Amino acid sequence: MVGDVHDPERARRFREAALPHLDEVYTLARYLLRNAADADDAVQECYLRALKHFDTFRGGAMRPWLFAILRNTCRATYTPRRFADQELAEDAVPLWSEPQETPEAGILRRRDEQSIRNMVSALPDQFREAIVLREVNDLSYNEIAEIAGVPVGTVMSRLARARSMLRAAWLSAEEKAQ
Amino acid sequence: MMTCDEAKVLLHGLIDGELDMASARGVEAHVAGCEQCATELRQFREMRHAMTGTSLRLAAPAALRSRIEAAISVPVARASQPSRRFLLRGFAFGTALSAAAAASVVLFVTRSGEDERLLGDVVSAHRRSLQAEHLADVRSTDQQVVRPWFSGKLAVAPPVIDLAAQGFTLVGGRLDTIDGKPVAAIVYRRGVHVINLFVGASANAGHTAALGEAVQGFNTQRWSDQGFRFIAISDMGADELRDFHIQFETGLRAGA
Repeated sequence: MVGDVHDPERARRFREAALPHLDEVYTLARYLLRNAADADDAVQECYLRALKHFDTFRGGAMRPWLFAILRNTCRATYTPRRFADQELAEDAVPLWSEPQETPEAGILRRRDEQSIRNMVSALPDQFREAIVLREVNDLSYNEIAEIAGVPVGTVMSRLARARSMLRAAWLSAEEKAQ
Repeated sequence: MMTCDEAKVLLHGLIDGELDMASARGVEAHVAGCEQCATELRQFREMRHAMTGTSLRLAAPAALRSRIEAAISVPVARASQPSRRFLLRGFAFGTALSAAAAASVVLFVTRSGEDERLLGDVVSAHRRSLQAEHLADVRSTDQQVVRPWFSGKLAVAPPVIDLAAQGFTLVGGRLDTIDGKPVAAIVYRRGVHVINLFVGASANAGHTAALGEAVQGFNTQRWSDQGFRFIAISDMGADELRDFHIQFETGLRAGA
C-alpha cells in the first residue's frame, strides 16, 4: 500500500517515528556497504521509501522495519557491486580457521575501536550483517531472522561463525602485536 | 551429552540469552566439563563486551540528516503555510544546503528566538559529542568520580546520579558550551542510545515541569530544579527519555 506522501499529518508522524533512528540506520548502511558515499545514498533512499510505505507500518518496532527497508535498498541497488552474489553458501565456508593454541591465560587483549571496526568490516556479507544487527543494533534472533529472511537457527549459526572469525582475527592481531 | 560441535554453536544462543531453559542447561553442563569450550565462551563474552562497550556505532553526517529532513519536511510546510510552499519548493530543488536551511525554518517556526538558539546549541553539542567520539573528558561509571571532576571547573558542581539500576549507565562527563555559557555535560547510555544531560545554573531555585520536544530528529526534555537547569537530549524514543527524566528527578530528590 502506498500512502499520500503529501499528507502533512502523516509526514509529521513519520518524522517523529523514524528520524530518531537515523544514526542507527546510517551505521548499518556503513557496515553493509563499506562505503560512505553509497551509505549516504542508501539511507536517503531508505527514508523516502519508508515514508512512501508508512501505511504498511502497523506500530510496534520501528527500527527493524527501517532496517529491513534499508537492507532491501542496499540489495536492490548495490547487489552487482557489493552485496555480493559471491555470497558464500552457508555450508561451503570451511570451519573458520581456529588459532592453533589459545594464549595460555586465554585473555583477549583490549583492542581500540578502530581495529574492532576493521575486523567487523572484513567479515563476509551475511556474517557482517548478522553481527552488526546483533551487537550494534541490538536486535533479537527473531528480528534478525525476519530481516535476513532466514530461519532463527541460521541466525545463530551465522553469529557463531561471525564471532569465531572475529576471535581468530583478534587473536592473530594479538600475536602480531606481541 | 552434548558434543563440542553442538556446543560451539549453541553457546552463542547462551551468550545472547536466546536459549530455552533446557538447552541453556545443556550448554552449561557441557562447558562445565570442557575446558576448551569454557575458554571460548569466556573469550566470546569478553569480545562482546568490548564490542558493545566500544562505539562500533557511527553518527549520520549532519549534511545527510539535513538532506533527509528537508526531503520529508516539505509536505508539512506546503499544507500549513501556502505562501511558504513556493519558497520551499524552490529550496527543495536547490542545493542540499538551502534545503537544510528551509527545513530548519519549518522546524523552528513555532519556537521563540531564545528557545531556538538554546535547542540549536543543544543539538549541535550532542552531535559534536557523538561525531568527534569525544563523549567524555572523565570516563567513569562511578558518580563519586564524575562529580568531583567538575569541581573547580564550574561555579557549582552538578548533581551526578547513578541510574544503573534503572537501566541508564553513566558513561562520564565533560565540559561543553550552551548559549555561550560553560555547562556540565553528563553522559549516560542505554543500549545503543547516548543521552547528553546538560546542566547549568538556573536563576530560579524552584521546580518547573518538564517540557519534551523533538528537535531535528532528536528528543529533548527540559526542566529546572534545585537551582539547576537541565536539558536532556538523545535519539532514544520520547517515552524512554521521559522515563530518564523521571528517574533522574527521583534520584535527585532522594539525594542519591
